[in-house]
Amino acid sequence: MSTSIHSGSNRIAGAGRLTPAKTVRFTFDGQNLTGLEGDTLASALLANGIHLVGRSFKYHRPRGILSAGSEEPNALVDIERDKSRKQPNVRATVQEIYDGLKVKSQNRWPSLTFDVGAVNDVFSPMLPAGFYYKTFMWPKFAWKTIYEPKIRAAAGLGVVPGEPDTDRYTNRFAHCDVLIVGAGAAGLAAALSAASTGAKVILCDEQPEAGGALRYESDVTIDGVSGHEWAAATVAKLRAMDNVTVLSRTTAFGYYAQNFVGLVERISDHLSNPGSDMPRERLWQVRAKKVILATGAIERHMVFANNDRPGVMLASAARMFLNQYGVAIGRKVGVYTSNDSAYAAAIDLKRAGVDVPVIVDTRDDPSSAVVNEARSLGIEVLTGHAVYSAGGKRRVSSMSIQPNRGGNERKVAIDALIMSGGWTPSVHLFSQSRGKVAWDAENERFLPGTYAQDCVSVGACNGTDGLQATLDEAFAVGGGNAKSISATGGTDWVGGMIGSAPGAGADTTVKAFVDFQNDVTAKDVRLAVREGMHSIEHVKRFTTNGMATDQGKTSNLHGLAIAAEALNRPIPAVGLTTFRAPFTPVTFGAIVNHARHDLFDPTRCTPMHAWHAAHGAAFEDVGQWKRAWYYPQAGEDMHAAVNRECVAVRNQAGIFDASTLGKIEVVGPDAAKFLELLYTNPWEKLGVGRCRYGIMLREDGFIYDDGVVGRLAEDRFHVTTTTGGAPRVMHHMEDYLQTEFPHLNVWLTSTTEQWAVIAVQGPKAREIIAPLVEGIDMSNEAMPHMSVREGKICGVPTRLFRMSFTGEAGYEINVPADYGQAVWEAVYASGRPLGLTPYGTEAMHILRAEKGYIIVGQDTDGTVTPQDAGLTWAIGKNKTDYVGIRGLLRRDLVADGRKQLVGLKTVDPKIVLEEGAQIVANPNQPVPMTMIGHVTSSYWSENCGRSIAMALVIDGTKRLGETLYVPMPNGVIEVEVTGTVFFDEKGERLNG
Amino acid sequence: MVEMIQATRLHPLQAGSVSVALADNATRVSLRARSDAIPALSKALGLNLPVKPKSTVANGSRTAMWIGPDEWLIIDGADSSLVADLAKGQVLHSAVDISHRNVGIIVSGKGADRVVNGGCPQDLSLKAFPVGAASRTVFGKIEIVLLRTSENSFRIECWRSFSTYAYGFLQESARDAAV
Repeated sequence: MSTSIHSGSNRIAGAGRLTPAKTVRFTFDGQNLTGLEGDTLASALLANGIHLVGRSFKYHRPRGILSAGSEEPNALVDIERDKSRKQPNVRATVQEIYDGLKVKSQNRWPSLTFDVGAVNDVFSPMLPAGFYYKTFMWPKFAWKTIYEPKIRAAAGLGVVPGEPDTDRYTNRFAHCDVLIVGAGAAGLAAALSAASTGAKVILCDEQPEAGGALRYESDVTIDGVSGHEWAAATVAKLRAMDNVTVLSRTTAFGYYAQNFVGLVERISDHLSNPGSDMPRERLWQVRAKKVILATGAIERHMVFANNDRPGVMLASAARMFLNQYGVAIGRKVGVYTSNDSAYAAAIDLKRAGVDVPVIVDTRDDPSSAVVNEARSLGIEVLTGHAVYSAGGKRRVSSMSIQPNRGGNERKVAIDALIMSGGWTPSVHLFSQSRGKVAWDAENERFLPGTYAQDCVSVGACNGTDGLQATLDEAFAVGGGNAKSISATGGTDWVGGMIGSAPGAGADTTVKAFVDFQNDVTAKDVRLAVREGMHSIEHVKRFTTNGMATDQGKTSNLHGLAIAAEALNRPIPAVGLTTFRAPFTPVTFGAIVNHARHDLFDPTRCTPMHAWHAAHGAAFEDVGQWKRAWYYPQAGEDMHAAVNRECVAVRNQAGIFDASTLGKIEVVGPDAAKFLELLYTNPWEKLGVGRCRYGIMLREDGFIYDDGVVGRLAEDRFHVTTTTGGAPRVMHHMEDYLQTEFPHLNVWLTSTTEQWAVIAVQGPKAREIIAPLVEGIDMSNEAMPHMSVREGKICGVPTRLFRMSFTGEAGYEINVPADYGQAVWEAVYASGRPLGLTPYGTEAMHILRAEKGYIIVGQDTDGTVTPQDAGLTWAIGKNKTDYVGIRGLLRRDLVADGRKQLVGLKTVDPKIVLEEGAQIVANPNQPVPMTMIGHVTSSYWSENCGRSIAMALVIDGTKRLGETLYVPMPNGVIEVEVTGTVFFDEKGERLNG
Repeated sequence: MVEMIQATRLHPLQAGSVSVALADNATRVSLRARSDAIPALSKALGLNLPVKPKSTVANGSRTAMWIGPDEWLIIDGADSSLVADLAKGQVLHSAVDISHRNVGIIVSGKGADRVVNGGCPQDLSLKAFPVGAASRTVFGKIEIVLLRTSENSFRIECWRSFSTYAYGFLQESARDAAV
């Protein structure tokens, strides 16, 4: 038994570059198969004689392998490493095989060979283009609930994996002088040239191996060696250079502004057992001074009846399978072409011992050289003929040939058919770069026209024909001085045809496919034109031509030409759609890369976080912060824990982590002047060592933020902001400082994270802290409410604030953050015997609501003025300027009818209102009722023995004592409008 | 006498050839001043405050990094008298102690630039970001100050609560750079 049988019966001994001894075992739909190391799934399947690999999107037609590259529209399969690592819609022509690879075909049930969905093909006359739009219009609601889900289930290709992806994905930012996309002859020559200048070069290619077309062109000699050998030697040379990075298996998928190009490097998809440190893919975000596009050209198929039968493929693909992988795609291979390049494939196959019965050439008078060469090998060449139809179902079995102008039909038995409609320059990335393509009428192709970025195209993608011309051009573009490279052989990228071949006919039943992946036929495009779609943009959307994941790499030009013919207009007048990223599908994993799990977003913890966690705290997310929410003890639910915490603060004392509050140090001789301009309050006369609650407005007069500000020195203030407002308040202040008040000598520094803040609140607060404090007289007289002192606590520096957000006498101890936990523990130990209780954000919210203290963003919503919030007292009456002063005078802000903050007490004290609930004056109105306000804060207050709430109500302050109503699904709740202070109305406890 | 073999330390956070480790405690000051104050402040600090973007000036344990036209980040040993020294300059400035606001992380070893480039979009070639270069920049989703201390070593300064994120990201990136 020869080794070639191990890796498939269609492997030809001596052909290709794979090593026969290096076998690889894999399964396809459960069938055990063997291929060779270096095989793609496509080449391995073909080696085993398997052409049928999937079913089509709409008609469920049997489909095979069209290409040997990333443009593949048909051969999409499901790859499964394990339950969590499944990937649908993998192109068999891109996926390399590895030992243990498991492959399943898609879009078929119950099996690939017998598929129930194939009835769609039978009923296809009833499923023309635009069918869905016309048929599923009524009733309107059914589109979302019935039609769309059903259609999506019936169509579609692979199945989305059900489990989270366990693969790793990474990211790398890179900069270079020259990024070269494509490592074919043009890209390699450009890289050699650019690298010789010392430039930093990145060369990427989507294939595992460099060479591009050189990998299959059997007739190329460069610098005295075969094209393939030259490519391998050149890559080795480039890899050895310090200034060159060669990335194989790397697709440039997106070309963005300022030469920013996204690449995806596939690192482990081809490996049997990737190491645990090995990411599956790496995203490269490359900023290049110059981009050289050497993306080549993509061969087009011929449009004729049943051109989608498995076994019908591009001529260049057959050549790649033969010359790279040593695989004959059939034993009896027919050829259908409209240009010279398919001849090379036919000749290679024939020379490898494959029967090539006939070359059908649509041209009346092709170049005699290729024709003669084919004929000399014994291949029949029929010029001026067309293939009218391919026979067979799950594999092509025959081709029907007629002269172009009609005549006798001849049927030739075959088991594979190769075709070439010519070459489409790959201008995808050029188009993505916002370059404008230009129509090359002579050769019927779009080429790079006007460039929008520092970018240049070389070789086939630039319409440069001939290998020598390509190498010369690429070398010049690379900028090097080294001698050029001499070459012979290679493909001419000109000639061929676009649009439907004679066999596609005007017939309305023939299925001559233009777009394989979306099942769009020539007649669909004609129908679109008949239905009034006259722009290619409309034709595209009506037929979905070019809208599949392959983005019409093989179909766009054909579709355009058919539409242009039907419209009887020149092709440029019908237009080409713009190409958009990604060039080929990109995984979510690559885009997301590191930003998963713990690294999805930063989780910010306070310096005392570990203590909270150790003491059983439940945490609340506040932006990116984790804040201790409440500390349940054994047997307590949240409600019980919060009640206990609230009562303890009022009766003994509570300890609270306020570290997340924003802090800004405002320093400079004009610091007070600056604060005068940023806050409504007066600051100039605030004494050193005193604090004040400040309100900050936007220019429009609405409350932006609030917080307590302490004056540490004549020229130094410690400003606090809300937790959520910290970054934007800093920006707001910096913005005004730089743009409106640049003359002021003052600077802002964020100190949010410099200080851990331990709030100790309650009647016993001083007694608890005092023993730990050095150098500060904490007596009521020396350090009254709203004062700040600097000294030491537990031997470390502190800024000790006497302030309160609970209504109790209290302190906020600021210590350098790394000392936070130690000081917290010392305070806790000192206070424990006195009943000191840790309390979380929920208790804090309730305690402040009992006192009517607002929370910006909860009791305000960006449309609330200080007057609305009952904070008129915080506006400096004699001030002549501050941000928002003119806004506050706007007529609508001083008019009656504004929503004002009031308290609400439910008539039934046990009922706790829902925050956000709407308030009405008359609950007996028909719906929709006139809503006059809404609840902003609402809690059960254990200290008050009842529910309490705050609300914004139209003309609220005039309604004190009124009864209003809160209609809820279960009935209407009666409430009394009150002031906002529910506990210690006189505020005496603050000074205790 | 038997010759003793000297044992060497192996850091637990080795990932490939690049290590990611916490920097020692440090004194840090955010200094703000107008250009006319630079000579006096430089004298007070004992180093010439850098005035070129992306540059630093070091003297002994003290390093001043240019952050903006009127802003420097100055790092010194844990017991430094930075703030007091600046006050001796007797010129208009703002010095704010941020020793505890920031956390320093040292990324070192061959390929450290690749590790940082896992999350930082800056060009870290020696030409664009030479030894001694520093800049306020981004790393993943956070803001950092990046300082190159040698060809293969960087110091990353981030805010305290972002340090677990930065540290975790750098370790992930170090795993990748080793592949």
